[in-house]
Amino acid sequence: MLFGFPLLSLIIWLPIIFGLVVLVMGDRNLKVTRWLSLVGAVAGFLVALPLYGGFDSSVSTMQFTERSVWFERLNVFYDLGVDGISMPLILLNCFTTPLVVIAGWEVIRERVSQYMGAFLIMSGIVNGVFASLDAVLFYTFWEASLIPMFIIIGVWGGPNRVYAAIKFFLYTLLGSLLMLVALIYLYQTSEGSFSILDYHQLPIPMTAQILIFIAFMLAFAVKVPMWPVHTWLPDAHVEAPTGGSVVLAAILLKLGGYGFLRFSLPITPDASQELAWLLILLSLVAVVYIGLVALMQQDMKKLIAYSSVSHMGFVTLGFFLFNAYGLEGAMVQMISHGFISGAMFLCVGVLYDRMHSRQISDYGGVVNKMPVFAAFFMLFAMANAGLPGTSGFVGEFMVIMGSIEVNFWYAFFAALTLIFGAAYTLWMYKRVIFGAVANQKVEGLQDISRREFSILAILALAVLLLGIYPLPLTEVMHVTVDNLLEHIARSKL
Amino acid sequence: MEKLYLLVPMAPLLGAIIAGLFGQRIGLVWSHRTTIALVALSLFASIVIFIDVLQGNTYNGSVYTWMTSGETVFEVGFLIDTLTATMMVVVTGVSLMVHVYTIGYMHGDPGYQRFFSYISLFTFSMLMLVMSNNFLQLFFGWEAVGLVSYLLIGFWYTRPTATYANLKAFLVNRVGDFGFLLGIGLVLMHFGTLDYALVFSHAGHMSSQSIEIIPGESWMLLTVICLLLFVGAMGKSAQFPLHVWLPDSMEGPTPISALIHAATMVTAGIFMVARMSPLFEFSETALSTVLVIGGITTLFMALVAVVQNDIKRVVAFSTLSQLGYMTVALGASAYSVAIFHLMTHAFFKALLFLGAGSVIIAMHHEQDMRKMGGLKQYMPITFATMFIAALASAGVPGFSGFFSKDAIIEAVHFSEIPGADFAYFCVLSTVFVTALYTFRLMFMTFYGQPRMDSHTREHLHESPRVVTLPLIALAVPTVVAGWFIGPMLFGDYFADVIHVQAQHDVVARMGEAYTGIFGMIGHAFVTLPFWLAVAGIFTAWFLYQYKTGWPAKIRKIAGPVYTLLDRKYYIDELYSWLFARGSRALSSLLWKYGDIKLIDGFFVNGSARAVAWFATIARRFQSGYIYHYAFSMIVGVFILMSLWLFHF
Repeated sequence: MLFGFPLLSLIIWLPIIFGLVVLVMGDRNLKVTRWLSLVGAVAGFLVALPLYGGFDSSVSTMQFTERSVWFERLNVFYDLGVDGISMPLILLNCFTTPLVVIAGWEVIRERVSQYMGAFLIMSGIVNGVFASLDAVLFYTFWEASLIPMFIIIGVWGGPNRVYAAIKFFLYTLLGSLLMLVALIYLYQTSEGSFSILDYHQLPIPMTAQILIFIAFMLAFAVKVPMWPVHTWLPDAHVEAPTGGSVVLAAILLKLGGYGFLRFSLPITPDASQELAWLLILLSLVAVVYIGLVALMQQDMKKLIAYSSVSHMGFVTLGFFLFNAYGLEGAMVQMISHGFISGAMFLCVGVLYDRMHSRQISDYGGVVNKMPVFAAFFMLFAMANAGLPGTSGFVGEFMVIMGSIEVNFWYAFFAALTLIFGAAYTLWMYKRVIFGAVANQKVEGLQDISRREFSILAILALAVLLLGIYPLPLTEVMHVTVDNLLEHIARSKL
Repeated sequence: MEKLYLLVPMAPLLGAIIAGLFGQRIGLVWSHRTTIALVALSLFASIVIFIDVLQGNTYNGSVYTWMTSGETVFEVGFLIDTLTATMMVVVTGVSLMVHVYTIGYMHGDPGYQRFFSYISLFTFSMLMLVMSNNFLQLFFGWEAVGLVSYLLIGFWYTRPTATYANLKAFLVNRVGDFGFLLGIGLVLMHFGTLDYALVFSHAGHMSSQSIEIIPGESWMLLTVICLLLFVGAMGKSAQFPLHVWLPDSMEGPTPISALIHAATMVTAGIFMVARMSPLFEFSETALSTVLVIGGITTLFMALVAVVQNDIKRVVAFSTLSQLGYMTVALGASAYSVAIFHLMTHAFFKALLFLGAGSVIIAMHHEQDMRKMGGLKQYMPITFATMFIAALASAGVPGFSGFFSKDAIIEAVHFSEIPGADFAYFCVLSTVFVTALYTFRLMFMTFYGQPRMDSHTREHLHESPRVVTLPLIALAVPTVVAGWFIGPMLFGDYFADVIHVQAQHDVVARMGEAYTGIFGMIGHAFVTLPFWLAVAGIFTAWFLYQYKTGWPAKIRKIAGPVYTLLDRKYYIDELYSWLFARGSRALSSLLWKYGDIKLIDGFFVNGSARAVAWFATIARRFQSGYIYHYAFSMIVGVFILMSLWLFHF
């Protein structure tokens, strides 16, 4: 709490309340619905700002904590708090929501209130996931976050949306159920506690640790997603509306990464060390294999989806190096990926709204008609390729520095992204943007509107700022990361 | 002074932002006025700093903390010494000339403001690169110049060749950067810092460290680091086998070919290795590699230049060859000589390119030399200045290129590093080739009968003053820059910057024999390089002025050799088959079989099908008929009773 004020509760429930109000309002007056959604989203971002301002980056304990009883008999508490790992992620989420609302402003014409409501509610739920310190509360928010996205893909999605939505739902649910089993086991061994922080201190024998680790890993690996459980993501992205893709890439994937940091590493440190080789291997496969697969994609959204998987490979790679470069780099990569992948999907959305095609072959010479858009897209493409001076470089650089300390070859394969990332991103850019005007439809393109300009400009600023001056971000997580590293190094057997 | 240091890169950045974001609003004239004024300011500040540095005022300090991670602090900062100051003056000087020249060259182009924005952005990036005091910022500048190069090669984005060339340039450079980044990683891991001063001061006791990249194979740490860093230099400075992007980069407008792909950016690799001399000195293996790579590039790229007919491509291959010269100098531990040649080359090659650009404007964007000829009388200023550049390029005594090239040849001659003999042969024979292709260009373009169509011929005229003034301005250092050889190489100009171990110190040995520039010129007439250059010029005259039918005959006789050179040794074809097609095929394979068939087809949808299959079977038991259920109940009771009867 900040001066006795339940800030985290506000951050969680304010968007949800706004979302419910928007739902109740319905589509009678679209203008009011849209503006109310925007007000809710911006308010959600504004109330989250004191988290950064009031954050004490010199301690590793949970801050802004709130605690009240939820189910007394089961020892379930409404227990909230943030540290240097969850706080930046909450800010990223609250930052993204207004952009998504603006992005859907004119594009979404059917069931506007439900669309906006779903995003606002999801924003609150995701904040809940990041802020929960009680396992039951966490699990509730975690599973609840599936529902709005399921609806967003299933209702506003493309032609194959039902397959994609069900695939998305079942895939992630399957992983989560094993997590539930692990949580129940932990509840038993800790003699009736659902406090995540208690689990951190709980001694667990090796076999049990390994089993718990695997259960958690499945849940989180599907979310990240790691190779080979990544195939739901390209389908989900392709079918999802632009806003859905943005939130999916920028926010929902981070839930998996966050899970590793909050559960796997601190609860089962010995198993983490034992199985680190496996996670590193899967991450490197993601970086190299998926980087290659992205090259030949014909569908822009699929290409960016694969690029997302490849970039998230850096996140999981960074986690299991067990050094500061790796962990902090992975955190920076998560935030930066939120900006860049969001921006990339928005860029594709801008094109899709005009041409109703995502096929690269339908484009060519877009720069002739949309120079301002092409400039933005260039910046984000370069950021996606990890150019220094953009946020995309910082995380990758740190993780590569971290991996070279562990093993030269980890760094070698990770650094291949320098070539692959540039190849698939810029080759797509070349085919879509450069060249002479390819066809009549491209000839009729209009450059971005003021609304689109404002979203892309905000993201461009974020990408550049984080690239030129990442210190404010890394500063807040130092102590938490150091503490986590020390914690992992101690055996819990 | 610190504010002045900051001003040098920030002024062009400001220009780039103004021309880039507000170019449409402030119009053409104010776009170029703003950017030129700011680059001029940057040049002025650089000169002030240069004079200050000459008085011994060096600087090494940080501007701001970029990031901290673990125990490591990453900073953005400046290191100002003679090496930096020299580069700053060269970069801003050439950049200013190119800015002015652009007014004429890009006149009427729809991307006028964008072009000024890019070249100013380039100037900023290049300055950040040379002024850096740490590896991280070096890498930032390194990639930033790569970005601007990408944008400028693809400046005329509707041309398929341009967008092909810029993608190729970026990707080939990324291959270099891949090695470079790993090198930086090893530095950070073993030295615990990326700050130059700290790294260099620890180089000595790191020289005994070894590293096992392949288990069981122990290599010297500094060798591995230097080789990885040099891979970066090979990308940026277009050394064999990563040279393939530079000839294609000529798709960009000519001013940037002069600024980026001749005078400044491509020399970043040379600059970097010279800066890293305290590390390279400890590794003879690395130096030897540098020597051999440089030697190959020098000779084999020069040979290709002889058969090119596109005026810009001749100059481009000449640039590759000259970069090879610089690399050879680095490998021979003559870092100062490499920087010296970098400087003289920047002037004469920029002049050669801008002159070629002036010709191209006059020829209405025709670049084929076979359609030129006799331009001398139409464009006297272009001709005169280019002639000076050609003399410097061929290494005629007295001109800047002579001093620097002769110093390189001498240095390699003295060097005892393995590979020096090979490199000596390469650089020596290239003197002949250089004179040949340079004067072939001159004769084909400016002499003889005009071969263009009558329409073009009627409109031939000297370029406007914004074009000729930079030519004249560059002609001055093209002549005089070499005269500073005494203080720059044999004085203590680079004493605190470039570290050479005593047994490698060829420059010191050259210094013992040095008797001033006139002594050097006088001595030249009795040495082989001079006569090779004369022979080259004579051959060019003989073939392209006297017996003009001969080149065709030679081409016929030496058919396969000619084809090999014309196709640039088939390296492009090899790469496009091996890497471009190979990675696309691998990508399709992984995607269609790995993702679609195996993971999605077999596991994901397969398990969905398995569930469905199981459900269809299980469904049959739920028929809804009472007698089905009654029957299965009776069977069940019967089985249970039998078990109970027979087992208990």
